[in-house]
Amino acid sequence: MEQYAVEMLHITKRFPGIIANDDITLQLKKGEIHALLGENGAGKSTLMSVLFGLYTPEEGEIRMDGQAVKIRNPNDANARGIGMVHQHFKLVECFTVLDNIIMGVEPTNKLGFLQKKHAREKVLAMSEKYGLHVNPDALISDITVGMQQRTEILKMLYRENDILIFDEPTAVLTPQEIDELMQIMKNLAAEGKSILFISHKLNEIMAVADRCSVLRKGKYIGTVEIKNTTKAELSRMMVGRDVKFAVDKEEAKPADVVMDVQHMTVASKQHDNDAVRDVSFQVRRGEIVCIAGIDGNGQSELVFGVTGLEPLKSGKITMCGQDITKAPIRKRSTSGMSHIPEDRHKHGLVLDYTLEDNMVLQRYFEPQFTNGIGFLKRGAIHAYAEKLIDQYDVRSGQGAVTVARSMSGGNQQKAIIAREIDKDPELLVAVQPTRGLDVGAIEYIHQQIVAQRDAGKAVLLVSLELDEVMNVSDRILVMYEGEIVGEFDPKKVTVEELGLYMAGAKREGVAQ
Amino acid sequence: MKKKHSSILRFEGVQTLLASLLCILGGLLIGFIVLLIIEPSGAWEAITSVLESYFRYPSAKLQLKYLGQTLTRTAPLLMCSLSVLFAYKVGMFNIGAAGQYVAGACAALYVGIAFHMPWWVCMLAAILAGALLGAVSGMLKTFCNVNVVISGIMLNWIALYVTNMVLSTEGVKNPMSPYTMQLRGVNPGGLIPQMGLNTLFGNEKSVTIAIPLAIIMAIVVWVILNKTKFGYELKATGYNYHAAKYSGMKENQNIIMTMMIAGALAGMGAALLYLTGIEEWETTISSVPAMGFNGIAVAFLGGLSPIGSILAAYFIQHITMGGGNVDLSVYCAQISSLISSLIIFLCAFVAFFKLAIKNHLRKRDEAAAAAALPKKGGDNA
Repeated sequence: MEQYAVEMLHITKRFPGIIANDDITLQLKKGEIHALLGENGAGKSTLMSVLFGLYTPEEGEIRMDGQAVKIRNPNDANARGIGMVHQHFKLVECFTVLDNIIMGVEPTNKLGFLQKKHAREKVLAMSEKYGLHVNPDALISDITVGMQQRTEILKMLYRENDILIFDEPTAVLTPQEIDELMQIMKNLAAEGKSILFISHKLNEIMAVADRCSVLRKGKYIGTVEIKNTTKAELSRMMVGRDVKFAVDKEEAKPADVVMDVQHMTVASKQHDNDAVRDVSFQVRRGEIVCIAGIDGNGQSELVFGVTGLEPLKSGKITMCGQDITKAPIRKRSTSGMSHIPEDRHKHGLVLDYTLEDNMVLQRYFEPQFTNGIGFLKRGAIHAYAEKLIDQYDVRSGQGAVTVARSMSGGNQQKAIIAREIDKDPELLVAVQPTRGLDVGAIEYIHQQIVAQRDAGKAVLLVSLELDEVMNVSDRILVMYEGEIVGEFDPKKVTVEELGLYMAGAKREGVAQ
Repeated sequence: MKKKHSSILRFEGVQTLLASLLCILGGLLIGFIVLLIIEPSGAWEAITSVLESYFRYPSAKLQLKYLGQTLTRTAPLLMCSLSVLFAYKVGMFNIGAAGQYVAGACAALYVGIAFHMPWWVCMLAAILAGALLGAVSGMLKTFCNVNVVISGIMLNWIALYVTNMVLSTEGVKNPMSPYTMQLRGVNPGGLIPQMGLNTLFGNEKSVTIAIPLAIIMAIVVWVILNKTKFGYELKATGYNYHAAKYSGMKENQNIIMTMMIAGALAGMGAALLYLTGIEEWETTISSVPAMGFNGIAVAFLGGLSPIGSILAAYFIQHITMGGGNVDLSVYCAQISSLISSLIIFLCAFVAFFKLAIKNHLRKRDEAAAAAALPKKGGDNA
């Protein structure tokens, strides 16, 4: 008989109007890496919340080492050796790595003074053993995201957890960091830790997992051995139909220039160096220009400069022949710029507004939605929102009057995309439009972006996902430390080549 | 039957009302316990006299008269609560309403007494003075990133002492007392007109059109916040400053504008009190009048809705007046303030009780969902 570290048998958890987990069984073997795959809303989070004692399931039981157990709260889960690395790290920024690791289980002597020396030795030994390189004395705010994640992993190990849950751990990492993480996970499994790896990135699951359980719309679809399966089969299980990985698109037919950026420099909020340095590029009608690069190399600031969220230090931006260098945001928007922002919660939506109020966020002042004396035309707003919801298949609990906060991330993103595309822009600026979304939604959003291009719009896409960069774009500009270090045709360049430019190992002698 | 009961509970307004009532009940209960501790024999008598307020008076005429007085003082309180809730909807806590109210009092009385202006000019001056002080808070917030609470508290004291100074000038202050001259004597045209409303309230002369004006302002605030483009922009700025900026709204201008309007509302509140002639300004006063602070409590007790504020303002004024009826031979004079302040204190729990009601509903839904499904399965079998 197989030895299971954790078994969740026939778990059913219902919420009003929805069965979040419908008879789900998940068996985690000792020392294996078990992937949990599913789209957003498939029930992965609910299942993990059940395992952590945040929810009590109506049916089913949890067994550990063959014994039925009741997990009442997260402390219970911790005491039983279950640890989790959350997608958004739970670290104290102004504490050191070591302080964060020992937090909550601080070693003290009888008088209550901290005894960090022993803890430090233990942490160093662990980081040696598993290849988790950290500097225990560095402040969290000073270290890279990858190192922060290793700190989170060490936190679990320090607590001697044997069951480690990774919730979409690669979403924030660079390609190199992802490779390192994969190696660390393998090391941990080899040392007898059992790992549950929540993801919807098929490449990573194929690369690292031993087995994979798939959920779809709250139902358990099945568990497969990774060595006996393919990416296509996994995605079919996850989405329920065949998914195209390559984006269908015709050859680009670039026409006249829509946006011309000359010698743009944007200051940084983090440091004294400029975030964007003397960048020049053009975007034409009917082409998708993609800014590729590792996170934090000035892409965000480049978009802030283009869209008007930050002022330029120097340089000039022209859109459709108009100088918009100093134009306010509203002017840019009404002259034909649409912006799908990087951070949908910070910029893209007023989360406490209803979906319909969010749908008109860029157009509420137009005569069709506001009458001459400043009253909103509620009926028109509602009808318009219903139209977009229908057209772009935005799903929500109560339709147009759903509060945006209560919607799933994918549908929030769809709402933003619907709003920005329906504005019928000349230039669409899309920043990481598929971040955190599942395969089905990504495919849909890519289709929409290509459709915009084919309709003769100019598209400026900023992406950290190399797959996206290679599949969607017609022209690639690589950004490194605030500068454009290379321009490529996606059909003539390899991912490896791009990686070298992104990492700053190579650059074109004289750009343009 | 039970089903109907639960569906009523689901309305936001009903939840707010229920939560507010729970707060009031809690305040009364704690007040009653305090009374019991001090002197058990008179406790029941005292608490009922607070609640009965003017209904204790023997004749219908007297009751009407005191109802009129209560309403007269409700109007400025309502204005202060509107000031607080307006700023709150745009994400700012206008504790400076108290100072804006003081500035309004200063402007109204000075213009009325020194320049013998008609009442509406005095009121306009009060509105402008309040708006000006509000704008200072708003600008400090947008240009220097000073928290509105901090600047509000500071400005409250600045407004108080400037007002004491301005109203102490010759010709404005009564030379025989620390109070300002009586508006009724110096400039009767500075009094808000009664338009016959006083005849409805046993000829109580303080009853003026201030009362309907305040109610109209509550409705105007509700309309602005919920029906206009302006309200849409302001609330968007309050909920998410960054999204407002992203969508091209003038986010900083919106914040200053909001604080100006909030200040104007509080300033107008002061005009509604001091231009009825029932009170003069005491130029030696060394504490900021409580009206503005009570506006905060009223705004929360009213569930942050302009319409709810009307009811809440009346209730707070009702028990404040009722506090005057407590038998002072049994309890010390402060006891009435204690009971009303306990209720005001408990007002802060409206949101808490609302959450409790929502959680209760959610739990019941979950239980119902759990119960319904197996039954359905049984039907199929």
